[in-house]
Amino acid sequence: MTEIYEVIIGLFIIIGALISIVATIGAIRFPDVYTRNHAISKSTTLGVLMILLGALFYFMFFEGQFNSRIVLTMLFIFMTAPVSGHLIGRAAYNSGVKLAQQSVTDELARDRKKVKQSKSI
Amino acid sequence: MAFQMLLNFFLAFLWMFFKTSFTPAAFVVGYFWGLVILFIFRSYFPYRFYLHRVWAVIKLFFLFIKELVLSNITVLKLVLKPKVNIKPGIFALPTDLQKDWEIMLLGNLITLTPGTLTVDVSDDNKVLYIHAVHIDDVKDSVDSIKNTFEKAIMEVSR
Repeated sequence: MTEIYEVIIGLFIIIGALISIVATIGAIRFPDVYTRNHAISKSTTLGVLMILLGALFYFMFFEGQFNSRIVLTMLFIFMTAPVSGHLIGRAAYNSGVKLAQQSVTDELARDRKKVKQSKSI
Repeated sequence: MAFQMLLNFFLAFLWMFFKTSFTPAAFVVGYFWGLVILFIFRSYFPYRFYLHRVWAVIKLFFLFIKELVLSNITVLKLVLKPKVNIKPGIFALPTDLQKDWEIMLLGNLITLTPGTLTVDVSDDNKVLYIHAVHIDDVKDSVDSIKNTFEKAIMEVSR
């Protein structure tokens, strides 16, 4: 029985580590701030979540206790990760960082122009 | 909802006092019977039975987990392709949600799922501007968010 637990816990932690690695590769390969922000701030959420789940199962099966602090960590990651991602993107856009050349649409620029025009009239 | 929950807690404590046993198990049993009583008298409350809302929250949570995993896989595929041929862009998502916390929840959920990121909210809280890693068709992207997250949030707040 212990072996099965070990395999499950190991799988969780390895998948988490793999997701984090791929997120880092994405940060190198993607062209601009916004897409890099995607790769890092989100994929790491799932990566860290998987590693924490592995730790939680370890404590449950081998130490025989439900470690509530790990659950709290997950909760706080879910609360803080989107805020930081949103703020980085917003700050970049407001300070005038251009989108990558491959970008297909920018409806925010279009709508802001409209607002400016309506104000000047 | 808060009132019904408070009433339910009150009934649970009442049950504990009747049984004169102050254990967590007695509380759970009392809470269950309180729930039954509230369910019987549900038509006398101004708002709908609060378990509906709890159920909607649970559904939203599982929908979110599903979207998180699926869209993570999509982004991982995009990253690992030999040639990075992505089509990023910012699209506008007109939203029907009205309250501040609903818009906050929608924005946070969109940001948490990989591949989409809320860049800005318009001043009148009616349009969310979302940066997406890969846009095939703007209309499809808008519809997919509208049909999943917005619907589920409406279910909660209705």
